[in-house]
Amino acid sequence: MALFDALLELADDHLVLGHRVSEWCGHAPMLEEDLAMPNMALDVIGTARNLYDYAGKVEGKGRDEDDLAYLRGEREYRNLLLVERPNEDFAHTMLRQLYFAAFMHPYWTAALESPDETVRGIAGKAVKEMAYHIRHTGEWVIRLGDGTEESARRMRDAVTALAIYVDELFEEGAGEGLDALPDRAALRPEWEATIKRIFDEAGLEQVTSPFPQSGGRDGRHGEGLGHMLAEMQSVHRAHPGATW
Amino acid sequence: MSGEVPLWEVFIRPRNGLAHKHVGSLHATDEVMALQAARDVYTRRGEGNSIWVVPSKAITASDPDQAGENFEPGEKIYRHPTFYEIPDEVGHM
Amino acid sequence: MYSQGLIGADGRSDETPEFLAAFQARVDAEEKIEPNDDMPEGYRRTLVRQIGQHAHSEIVGMLPEGNWITRAPSLRRKAALLAKVQDEGGHGLYLYSAAETLGVTREQMTEELLDGRAKYSSIFNYPTLSWADIGTIGWLVDGAAIMNQIPLCRCSYGPYARAMIRVCKEESFHQRQGYEIVMKLAQGTPEQKAMAQDALNRWWWPSIMMFGPHDADSQHSDQSMAWKIKRFTNDELRQKFIDATVPQAEYLGLTLPDPDLKWNEEKGGYDHGPINWDEFWSVVKGHGPMARDRIKARRKAWDDGAWVREAALAHAEKRKVRREAAPLAAE
Repeated sequence: MALFDALLELADDHLVLGHRVSEWCGHAPMLEEDLAMPNMALDVIGTARNLYDYAGKVEGKGRDEDDLAYLRGEREYRNLLLVERPNEDFAHTMLRQLYFAAFMHPYWTAALESPDETVRGIAGKAVKEMAYHIRHTGEWVIRLGDGTEESARRMRDAVTALAIYVDELFEEGAGEGLDALPDRAALRPEWEATIKRIFDEAGLEQVTSPFPQSGGRDGRHGEGLGHMLAEMQSVHRAHPGATW
Repeated sequence: MSGEVPLWEVFIRPRNGLAHKHVGSLHATDEVMALQAARDVYTRRGEGNSIWVVPSKAITASDPDQAGENFEPGEKIYRHPTFYEIPDEVGHM
Repeated sequence: MYSQGLIGADGRSDETPEFLAAFQARVDAEEKIEPNDDMPEGYRRTLVRQIGQHAHSEIVGMLPEGNWITRAPSLRRKAALLAKVQDEGGHGLYLYSAAETLGVTREQMTEELLDGRAKYSSIFNYPTLSWADIGTIGWLVDGAAIMNQIPLCRCSYGPYARAMIRVCKEESFHQRQGYEIVMKLAQGTPEQKAMAQDALNRWWWPSIMMFGPHDADSQHSDQSMAWKIKRFTNDELRQKFIDATVPQAEYLGLTLPDPDLKWNEEKGGYDHGPINWDEFWSVVKGHGPMARDRIKARRKAWDDGAWVREAALAHAEKRKVRREAAPLAAE
């Protein structure tokens, strides 16, 4: 079941992040961004759906995307701590998305060579989306980092706040040793290079935390995820067996 | 806030072989953000494969009051092929 | 929804009779009026007000539906709803752009919305209380909006008509996704069906009110009809909407909450019971149950976003300075 577990980890990453970004809809700093953020949320939710669907088939117990998304509690969710972090402000949201996309882009690029045809299919679509997310969020990080005093301070605060969640991106998790999915640790140099290029232009310094946090893959989350899932699953769970 | 976010006009080419066509406008602080916003706002349903953005204030428009003097004298009948008589025997020309 | 944009609109003009007659002749000939063309000040003012209020309705309209994005009961519904609410934002954007061709800025219009000077469709001042509301809004509110918007694609003002063509094209999926949601509920468990009926009971009358006051009480309608800013009267559109909706409700096995609703053979349409105009005017004037919350949410988004817009403007200024300095440095 290593492949099932690994697909679920990836799917949870995408759904939780997509849900967080969707919380912005209707509340963005400018109308153009009210169009841009749902595009990003829809991209990652779409990938989550493909991953859940495949995970359900791999598991072979008849669970579909909604069973996997709506009927597991916070201890069963395997997502990275980074993606569940609350939106805070626009600086945090853009940086969180950049960190994730700067990792997933090389990940999906490597997955294009996977012996698993379904994984290759998912990667083929996601790799282009992640390239755009890097560009869009990267341009914002540059503008906020090199904008006003206030925006630079908010950007630095976000870098500090999210630093402890970076290492977890590169932990192997359930996919370790699987041919179907890429090694995560090997992607660090490319991630670092992407972030450095953007931070250099933004006038930001990367921060390495001596106390990195992890545990998301074992269901040890922050307190926010439980609230997020309670909200997300409330209607679905109130009507067991109903179709929508 | 100190200033207003400038207005841009957006042009999209639906596919290669066609010209860029004006589709609307949007607000952005610079050309990079304008291009990204144009992508997010105006190509959500596969509307095209190339985008131009132009600051709205960079456009110079003709004066509608001069429409008569501008455009009506342009209609010279001898500029049209049907003005000339060619016998049918000559074939298509 | 947009017809409410005319409430309080001032279409009076001070231009000479000759000018007004020449303008009217252009409109009568179905010529489109474009931004730089001469136009009566009343025409311009009416359009600014109407397009602005139409845009505000789209933007405020993101909130009641956005209220359920995080609770959509399946991933398929979640994606569709997010895409729909995003579309509403896009429609607001197209409409603000159309209004901006008339010499008003988006910032001015936003400020008018936030300080209460500008109105928006009264329907969005009601709360969304269950998942069924999302389906019902798509079915009824978008359905009513489409009735209004299709004739606007032929509006005499070019940029407004073009924006509406884009909006109508995109909106074709909105009503269908709403009806599909309600259909699933109506065919679902007894609790789901009750949820659908409850939503219909709450949204039916506000949807009927969206078309605005009866023609006899609609002060500014005549001038707007003459200028082809408006192409059907409030009552005509309301009738079309009711006639289209009754069979749709019957198909679902749901009951429209109007005991007086019945087919009138003579007029070939349905008669309906009296509309509670006191409620309508109260909601239009900003006393709807959610009115304060809606504006508060918009104000918060605008205020919280100020530092982001300022930063992007500041950065653009720096880029410009650097670009201008670059050739000098190279010399």
